[in-house]
Amino acid sequence: MNDLDYLEAEGIYIFREAFNRLNNIAMLWSLGKDSNVMLWLARKAFFGHVPFPVVHVDTEKKFPEMIEFRDVKAKEWGLNLITGFCPPTEAMDPTLPPAARSAARKTAGLKALTDQYQWTGIFAGIRRDEQAVRAKERFFSPRGETSEWDFRDQPPEFWGQFNTDFPPGTHLRIHPLLSWTEIDIWRYIQRENIPVISLYFSQGGKRYRSLGDQDITFPVDSEASTIEEIIEELTTTTVSERAGRAMDHEQEDAFERLRRAGYM
Amino acid sequence: MSAAAATHVTLSGVHPLQLVIVGHVDHGKSTFVGRLLHETGALPESKVQQIRAVSERRGQRMEWAFLLDAFQAERDQGITIDVSRIPFKTHKRQYVIIDAPGHKEFLKNMVTGAADAEAAFLMIDAKEGLQEQSRRHAYLLSLMGTHQVAVLVTKMDLIDFDHQKFAEIERDIRAYLRELGLTPRAVVPIAAQGEDAANIVRRASNMLWYTGPTVIELLDQLEPRPQNDQLPFRMPVQDIYRFDERRIIAGRVETGRVAVGDTVIFSPSGKSAKVRSVEAWNTDRLPQSGSAGQCVGFTLDQQIFVERGEVASHEQDAPILSNVFRGNIFWFSHKPLRVGHTLKLKLATAEHMVTVQSVDEVIDTENLGGTGRQEVLRSEVAKVTLRARGLMALDEAVRSPLTGRFVLVDDFRIVGGGTISMEGYPNQRDLITVRSTNITASETQVDRDARWKRNGHKGAVLWMTGLSGAGKSTIAREAEKVLFLKGYNVYVLDGDNVRGGLNANLGFSPEDRAENIRRVGEVAALFADAGIICLASFISPYASDRERARKAAGDAYHEVFVRADLEVCEERDPKGLYKRARAGEIADFTGISAPYEAPQAPELDINTAQLTIDEGVALLVNYVESHIRFT
Repeated sequence: MNDLDYLEAEGIYIFREAFNRLNNIAMLWSLGKDSNVMLWLARKAFFGHVPFPVVHVDTEKKFPEMIEFRDVKAKEWGLNLITGFCPPTEAMDPTLPPAARSAARKTAGLKALTDQYQWTGIFAGIRRDEQAVRAKERFFSPRGETSEWDFRDQPPEFWGQFNTDFPPGTHLRIHPLLSWTEIDIWRYIQRENIPVISLYFSQGGKRYRSLGDQDITFPVDSEASTIEEIIEELTTTTVSERAGRAMDHEQEDAFERLRRAGYM
Repeated sequence: MSAAAATHVTLSGVHPLQLVIVGHVDHGKSTFVGRLLHETGALPESKVQQIRAVSERRGQRMEWAFLLDAFQAERDQGITIDVSRIPFKTHKRQYVIIDAPGHKEFLKNMVTGAADAEAAFLMIDAKEGLQEQSRRHAYLLSLMGTHQVAVLVTKMDLIDFDHQKFAEIERDIRAYLRELGLTPRAVVPIAAQGEDAANIVRRASNMLWYTGPTVIELLDQLEPRPQNDQLPFRMPVQDIYRFDERRIIAGRVETGRVAVGDTVIFSPSGKSAKVRSVEAWNTDRLPQSGSAGQCVGFTLDQQIFVERGEVASHEQDAPILSNVFRGNIFWFSHKPLRVGHTLKLKLATAEHMVTVQSVDEVIDTENLGGTGRQEVLRSEVAKVTLRARGLMALDEAVRSPLTGRFVLVDDFRIVGGGTISMEGYPNQRDLITVRSTNITASETQVDRDARWKRNGHKGAVLWMTGLSGAGKSTIAREAEKVLFLKGYNVYVLDGDNVRGGLNANLGFSPEDRAENIRRVGEVAALFADAGIICLASFISPYASDRERARKAAGDAYHEVFVRADLEVCEERDPKGLYKRARAGEIADFTGISAPYEAPQAPELDINTAQLTIDEGVALLVNYVESHIRFT
């Protein structure tokens, strides 16, 4: 097995484990590169099927390319797509800095959907290498009734044994891509020929490395216009992946506060 | 600035080596990792600036640990609360560095980080030397099977790079690791915090006495975990899918290899079938086999009922079946673990309710001796015996590590884990295998009740269990005489009359002892059926064996516990066997080197430490007269 086979096997195992142990699950599909890889792993795990809904939380500030991609592929792949919308910024915690406050809308939108559908587990495509707080995450990460993350007392997780017993009211965030790095994602997209949104490729000397809302996500300087060139760029860059995400840079603990409150 | 030792590496396609950093709190783990990343040019400049800015804002010198201690609380208190995993590379290969917390409070997080690592760096503060947590972490590494360990002695700058003090620490840690069966790859003196990082990438000019590898050189000497495809095939069933026409058995091949056409057996059910296909999605050709590490799905040539939790294997070299085993465990619940405690055990994909039958030893990691305590407290390691109601499919950790380990769940949380040893217990697979298949029971014309009525008493099996020297045979022989004189049909079965004939082909290994008891149980049941009171006098140390005898005889079975403490029996030592067992001349001797599982609810309890032989015999005879004679 090479390194991608290993990561793929780990992701598949986690999908199957969650599907067996939890009775009402869904998968977040943000339409970015990571969540498309995650969707691909689900189809591998279940032999071409996706036996749970895929959820898109729409901030109504997404790039039009994303919405088009969503609607075309959901039909083509036979997905059970659920979409939901987010409350306005004014309704968010006013002590958060502006970009983080805007990002917090997504958490609120997701929470509303979770309440409506009563999911006990949600797959999310976060990776440890994205951000230092995410590096501390578990594969099966329990959240309390208000979706907050108790990072001070996370369950132990080893030998491929996950925490799947929990008191009523808990739900889980499940992270099949936790061990992957940004380069792994692109190498796997290349190997498996997984479709991705065109915004990742250079147009006029700029491309997006990470896709979020239009108003708080910015492209980076790049000439990479093919997957090969992106991989080449990533092996030498010193710019961090989320450099174009405004909310990460406002306050020392802005991101941690968002995650504690249930942000992806 | 740093020497950029490793900025670029061609992507090799090899899985990154998982390296965990462990040790006592404040012995410099996070600082070391931060500095290592910086020295090798692995950090984006933006991150270094971010840490510099945070340090400045807090009015501190550049604090490398801030890189990993991402939580606000961690930075405020200067401790690591939870594990970080950082990708990292040298010229040779890629790594994932796992920074595990050292604080005792966060032992479960340390285990989370270390359990799957292929190699470990144990950090020891040069000023403080070996501490409680250094020892505990070393012990856990040996328990978790992390056999590749190196030691880094940190903060050498704080002891002025003193060779003498370093040599003392090196001697202590090597001696301790040796007792655990570990030989460190190297013991490296380093300094990570000061202006010049010493012996990480560059050799330190102020420690010329040190001739071993630098950290970077050491890293590249580590070996990746060997592939498990040479071990016997094991695939714990994770789920069964029926999304379309196919019925797919899904799971991860933990060890070994399976191919289309192989006959696989599922344990513990014992059902078997042939692999018809290995299934896959988005591929031109279906694979013909699956091997260790792969998540696969296969179909069978027959519709057999298989469930999650069963273990697929080949018929040769199938997993052990047992309802009891010994666990070497680590425990991190606030609630102490005690005898009688029932909790959930997860072994691969199987779940069993298990009860703690005994706490055999709580390990004192300070000196590796036992504490003599009967309860396991938080953060301790111990040897315990666990029993389940039904049979579990398992392996011994020394033979098959991935299916020889388990976690314990209590009150919705994983509260511990451990590895399996079968020392002193038999594989019950051999005992439940039905070898003869073409038997039809013949109808008897004379029924049991008729025989019993003519005798004036029921047939019975009085199963007398107890340690060697407890007085079983003495009481049985005396009671046989008394009962015979009273007109009962009575007969004693013991080692003397079965080991010479019926069981002459059996030795004294746990398996042979179990088989000995199985046969005696069947014979005694036939005696009872024939109307005879059979006094079966056998140590029969395993509750599972006695349960089998009870099942064979049904309501005619009566368990008699001939009770005496080990000290009393050893003092009596009528056949001189204890002496020989203590001298190591007899292996698997009950009470000394093999377990005795006392009956939980015997029909009759004869305590020979308090009663005379005559009083014991009287108790037994009374029991027969009140329970077995027709009135």
